[in-house]
Amino acid sequence: MSERGVVVSKPYERLSQEQVELVHQTSLDLLETPGILCYNEEAVALLEKAGATAKKTREGEHDAWWVSIPEKVVQKALDSAPTKVTLGARKPENQVVMDAEGSRVYFGTGSETNYWLEVEPETFVSKQDGREQVFPVMKKNRGSLEYLCRSAHLAEQLENLDFFLRNVNVQDSDISGENKDVNVFFAALNYTTKPIVSGVADPEQLENVVAMAEIITGGREQLIKNPIVTFITSVIKSPLQIVDETADKLMAISKLGLPVIISTSPQGGSTAPIEEFGMAAQVNAETLAGIVINQLTNPGAPVIYGAVPVRARMDDLHDMYGVPEFCHYNMICAQMARYYKVPCYSTAGVGDAKVPGVQAAVEKMFTYTAVPSSAPDLIHYAFGLLDKTQTFSPEQAVLENHQIAMVKSLYRESGVEAGEAGRIKSMIEEVMNSPYRLYARFARKMLRRGEIFPGFPFEGDLEEEDQTLLAAHDKLKELEKQQPEHLSEDICKRIFEQIPGLLPRLNPYAK
Amino acid sequence: MLKEELIKRIVENVLQGRRNKDDEGIEEDYAGKAGVAELVQEALDNGIDTNTILLEGLSKGMEQVGEKYETGEYFIPDMLTAAEAVEAGMKVMEPHLASAGESEGKGKVIMATVEKDLHDIGKNLVSIMLKGAGFNVVDLGIDVPAARIVEAAEQEKADLVGLSALLNTTMVNMENVVKELEKKGLRDKVKVIIGGAPTSDDFAAEIGADGYGKDAFAAIRVAEKLLQSGGKS
Ligand code: B12
Repeated sequence: MSERGVVVSKPYERLSQEQVELVHQTSLDLLETPGILCYNEEAVALLEKAGATAKKTREGEHDAWWVSIPEKVVQKALDSAPTKVTLGARKPENQVVMDAEGSRVYFGTGSETNYWLEVEPETFVSKQDGREQVFPVMKKNRGSLEYLCRSAHLAEQLENLDFFLRNVNVQDSDISGENKDVNVFFAALNYTTKPIVSGVADPEQLENVVAMAEIITGGREQLIKNPIVTFITSVIKSPLQIVDETADKLMAISKLGLPVIISTSPQGGSTAPIEEFGMAAQVNAETLAGIVINQLTNPGAPVIYGAVPVRARMDDLHDMYGVPEFCHYNMICAQMARYYKVPCYSTAGVGDAKVPGVQAAVEKMFTYTAVPSSAPDLIHYAFGLLDKTQTFSPEQAVLENHQIAMVKSLYRESGVEAGEAGRIKSMIEEVMNSPYRLYARFARKMLRRGEIFPGFPFEGDLEEEDQTLLAAHDKLKELEKQQPEHLSEDICKRIFEQIPGLLPRLNPYAK
Repeated sequence: MLKEELIKRIVENVLQGRRNKDDEGIEEDYAGKAGVAELVQEALDNGIDTNTILLEGLSKGMEQVGEKYETGEYFIPDMLTAAEAVEAGMKVMEPHLASAGESEGKGKVIMATVEKDLHDIGKNLVSIMLKGAGFNVVDLGIDVPAARIVEAAEQEKADLVGLSALLNTTMVNMENVVKELEKKGLRDKVKVIIGGAPTSDDFAAEIGADGYGKDAFAAIRVAEKLLQSGGKS
C-alpha cells in the first residue's frame, strides 16, 4: 500500500445525505433539461445510441446538438466507472493509488503558468541609518522548457509532492503546436520518477506520447498496469457545453484505457451560478456528462471526477481562489465524487496574490486547510502557484511543501483509544507526584517518532526582518544541486530514435 | 562490572534521561535495566571516587547532551530529562560528598519566583538545568517573599540567589531581595541573578543584581562565571 499522501481521518461533510441526493437529482434534471449542448458529432451518436435524445441546432458557425441524457444512462456510466484508479510512476513506490471509498489525499502541482518568478537576494542600504539589509528582488520570466525541467526536478525533491502536473507553459522559440506535447511529457518523465499528469495540446500527438511511455514501461500492457502518464481533458466549456476537439481527445484516451481526468472549471458568478447549490448542481452535471462519454467509449476505463469550481472576482471577473466560496464549492464536489465512488480531483493552494508574502500565505493556507478536510483523492494546483495560476514561484513551492506537511499532520488520527487510557492516567499521576509537575520527559517518544510538528522552518532569527523568502531561496538552491534521476541512456536513445519532434537539447546523454 | 563499563553506562543513561530502573529511555528496551541512580550506587560500592563519577560520568553525559542539543538532535525535553537523571545521581552521591568533606558541586543556589508571581515553568527549567550542570539547588517555589528568600540564603549558606519574574508588576520585588540581602549584611557573600520575560541586563544593573540570563543556558553560564570569579569560599 502506498505511504504517500495522507489519510484524512473522518472527512468533513459539508452536506447532509439528503442534500447530497438533492444536488444529485438536480444535476440529473439538468442533464435532461436543458441537457448539454454538444459540439462533437461522434459523441452525440454515442450518447444517442445509449438512449439519449439529440436535437440539432446551429451555434454561430458550428453545428451543435442539444442532448438530453436520461438518468439511466448516467447511472450505468457510474456503475461501470472504477472505484480504484492508480496513477503510475517510473518508481513504483511513487504510485498514487486512489480509492474513492477511502480517504487518502495526494498533493500535486498544476496549471500551465505563463510566468516563472525568479527571486534574487540583493543588498540595500537604508537611507535612514546606513544599515545594510538583504531583500528578495523578484522578476517574472516567460515559461520555458528549461523551467519545466527544473520544476519536475524540484517536484522530485519535495517530499510532500505526490504527482507532477506540468506547471509552466513552454514558450521557447523552437516549440510549436506540433512538437509541444512530446517535449513536455519527455521533460517531465526525464526529471521526476513521480506520476506525470498533463493535457495534450494536439490530438495527433497522443499516439507519440503513448509510444514514448510504452518505451519507458516496456510495452502497452505494462503501461496499462503502471500508467506513468495520466491525461486531463477539459471536455466541458461551462455552462454545460461539450467542446468538439476535446471530446475527440477524451474518446481517444478512453479507448486506450489510460487514466483520464474529466476537468471542468466553471466560475461562480460568470459561467456558473455563484450560490453553492447552483454551482454544485451544474459542475456536477458537467462532470457526469464527461464520465458518461468516457464510459460509453470504454466501459470500466479509469476515470477521475475532475470538478474545478472557482469563484469570479467581482471587480474584474478573473478567477478567485483564496476565498470561502471556493472552499465550499470544492468540499461539496469531493462529497459528490465520494457518493458516486469515483476518485476525485480537487484544488487547493492557489494564491490570488502576485508574489510570495503575507497575502499569498493567508490565501494558500486557508484553502490548504479547508479543502483536504473533505478528503478528495487528488489536490492539484498545489505548490507555487500565484497570480491566480498565472505565475509559478519555485521558492513558493518550497514553502508550500511545509504548509502541506502541516495540513497532513492536522488531519491524522487523534490517538484517543481505549488501550491508551491506562498509560495516560498513570503518566498524569506520576507527574502530579513529581517535584516540578512537568510532562517534558513524556514528550520525547512522540518527538522521536516525528509525531510532533517541528514548526514552519523558514522564520530566520533576525528580529526586525522577514527572512522567510530568502530562507526558501537558500533551500531551493540546495535542492537544485541534487542529481536528477534521468531515464536510462538506452531508453533515451530509443525515445530519440523513435519519437518525432523531440528537441535534441533535452537529451541528457547528447554530447 | 568494570569501572570503565560502569562510567560508560552512567553517561549512556544520562543521555537516555533515565533516573532509575523504572524510567523509559529515548530508545526502546531500557525498561527494568539499571538507571543513573542504581549505576551511581554500584559505582560507589565498587570504590569509584565521587569526583570520577561526577566528572567522567554525570557531567560528561550532560556535556554530550548539550552537544546534541546544539546540533539539533536533542530538544528541551531531552535536556530536562537528562538533567533530572543527573540530579538523581547527585542525590545518591550527596552523603558521600559530605563525608568526604568535598564541596557541594559547583555551588549552592537558592531559586525562587518572586512575591505575587505564580509563573514557574521557566524558573523550573532553570532549576533543573542548574542541577544538571552540577549546582546544588534549593528551589523555594513561587510567590516567595523577599524575607523568606534571604532567610533561606542565610540558612543554606547559599553562594547564589536566582530570581524569576514574569510580570512587570512583580519584577520590582526582585529589588527588594537585593535590598534585604544588603540589610542583613549578606550581599558580599551572595550573588544575585535574575531572569524572566520582562527583565533584562539593564534592569539587573538598575536594581543592583549581579547578572541576568535570557534562558536556562544563559543561567548556567552566568552562574558559573559569577561563582568562579570569587563569591565562593
Ligand atoms: C504560562 C503563562 C501563565 C500561566 C503560568 C503557569 C506556570 N506554571 O507557570 C498562568 C496561566 C498561571 C498565568 C497566569 C497569569 N499571567 Co501569564 N503567562 C504565561 C506565558 C504564556 C508563558 C510563560 C512561560 O511559562 N514561558 C515559558 C518559559 C520557558 O519561559 P520563561 O518563563 O520566560 O523562562 C525562561 C527565561 O525567561 C529564563 N528565566 C526565567 N526565570 C529565570 C530566572 C533566572 C535566575 C534566570 C537566569 C533566567 C530565568 O529562562 C527560562 C527558560 O528558558 C506568558 C507569555 C510569555 N510570552 O512569556 C504569560 C504572561 C507572563 N502572563 C501574563 C499575565 C498578564 C498573567 C496574569 C496576570 C493573567 C491574568 N489576568 O490572570 C496571570 C498572573 C498570575 C500571577 N499572579 O502570576 C503576561 C504578563 C504581562 C506583564 N504584565 O508583564 C504575559 C507576558 C502574557 C501577556 N503577553 O499578556 N500565566
